Amino acid sequence: MKKLLVLGAGTAGTMVVNKLSHVLDRDEWKITIVDQNETHYYQPGFLFIPFGIYGKNDVIKPKRDFIPPGVEMIVSEIEMIEPEHNRVRIAKDNRYLNYDFLVIATGTHPRPEETPGLTEHEWRKSIHDFYTIEGTTILARHLRHWPGGRMVVNIMETPFKCPVAPLEFVFLADWYFHTQGIRDRVDLTLVTPLPGAFTKPRAARLLGNILEEKNIAVIPEFFVERVDPDQKLLVSYDEQEVPYDLLVTVPVNMGAEVIERSGLGDELNHVPVDKHTFLSTQFDNIFALGDAANLPTSKAGSVAHFAVEVFTENFLRYIDGLEMIHAFDGHANCYIESGFGKGILIDFNYDVEPLPGKYPLPGIGPFSLLQESELNHWGKMMFRWMYWNILLKGKEMPITAQMSMAGKWT
Amino acid sequence: MPVREIAGKTVEFDGEGFMVNPDDWTPEIAEELAKEEGIDQLTDLHWKVIEFCRSDFQTRGEPPTLRRITKAGGVPTKELFALFPKGPAKKVARIAGLGKPQGCV
Repeated sequence: MKKLLVLGAGTAGTMVVNKLSHVLDRDEWKITIVDQNETHYYQPGFLFIPFGIYGKNDVIKPKRDFIPPGVEMIVSEIEMIEPEHNRVRIAKDNRYLNYDFLVIATGTHPRPEETPGLTEHEWRKSIHDFYTIEGTTILARHLRHWPGGRMVVNIMETPFKCPVAPLEFVFLADWYFHTQGIRDRVDLTLVTPLPGAFTKPRAARLLGNILEEKNIAVIPEFFVERVDPDQKLLVSYDEQEVPYDLLVTVPVNMGAEVIERSGLGDELNHVPVDKHTFLSTQFDNIFALGDAANLPTSKAGSVAHFAVEVFTENFLRYIDGLEMIHAFDGHANCYIESGFGKGILIDFNYDVEPLPGKYPLPGIGPFSLLQESELNHWGKMMFRWMYWNILLKGKEMPITAQMSMAGKWT
Repeated sequence: MPVREIAGKTVEFDGEGFMVNPDDWTPEIAEELAKEEGIDQLTDLHWKVIEFCRSDFQTRGEPPTLRRITKAGGVPTKELFALFPKGPAKKVARIAGLGKPQGCV
């Protein structure tokens, strides 16, 4: 019996076991998935909670509901990956799990404690985050009674999960304060280490224009060294300061600590892999998928989804000793909520920047690329259903894993 | 792709001013590029960072991030900002003749 071990039952890990349990012969393969907790969070929904659009119950379901029959799920902390022995030690009963192939899908996580001053006495009082369920629900409570002032949204370091979320956050904040009738009392600023709202020129231009229209200031190339919680200041490495009354921060993101302990990660505990096949650069029976991998593309569920599709086809060849002929192109596809019931959709890969057009059907859509539309917003709202019912379960989506130029205007 | 004469060599640059071929690089070119970035004199400490970035690029195939220069190259981030003001990772990559660092989207 061959053993496939998957670490992490988040978006990538859950999709992998669903895909592979259908295609691997059950008489030959035993699939095990390990995760440290029982709850699956619909992370794209965290963005909506501070503005009262979603509540906590809209974004949680039991992980076990998405693990297919025949796959063993173990809930436990993961202590150590020992690639030389092809085994993983878990906390539960101090057990060793042996594997023939290992898939690391332990994600990436906010680490606010990496920035001095952030998690001291003002944490979750005048300093908030929205990338955790606790953070986003506390922020929702705080915003309901916030009288207005200087709201600064800042990104500490790249890469971080869902790179468009901070933009969506300021767009939605603009809308929310309008509906609360206090927009004129709120000064909204986005502070980022990136050169602008986005890294790729055409999307940066469009998003830059929308930010300007909404009267949201952007301070680019700002690298935060520390936060002064008493003076309420962001302080950069070159001694610049940005004052705030309310700071909503996107903390440094790092891969799981077990990756560091096991010596498998880069400086941020992300696992170095081949960017087309996800095979570890160190071990030929280890793959890393989703946010856990150090791919030079967005850390996002859509990337994980396309990656898992490519991985599944390759893996079936790889275990038969064949070459992995399918190459992942870095395909990402993101809805960007822009407020007031509208949204933007972007579709891009390692080589092609987001371009305008129609998606997924060329010329028809129904979604518009790199353009605001109400339908794009509804696409995003419908996506939650798709996520729970189609995507996680590994069912076919009517879109291709490889990015297509059809329907795009160059 | 603009090709131009720099420090006695003809070198190809991309649209954003990064050298296309890291093998074209010479220390003299670095001094010229540093001047373009507003750094008149490259000190030993500048060179330590540049050399780390070049050798790291040789082994890993991509310019190091700020965090990597600090952690693996052993130069504190604060110092990097003093040496290469504004965006040290980008600036040093340009002076060291490497491509633009992979900003993530």
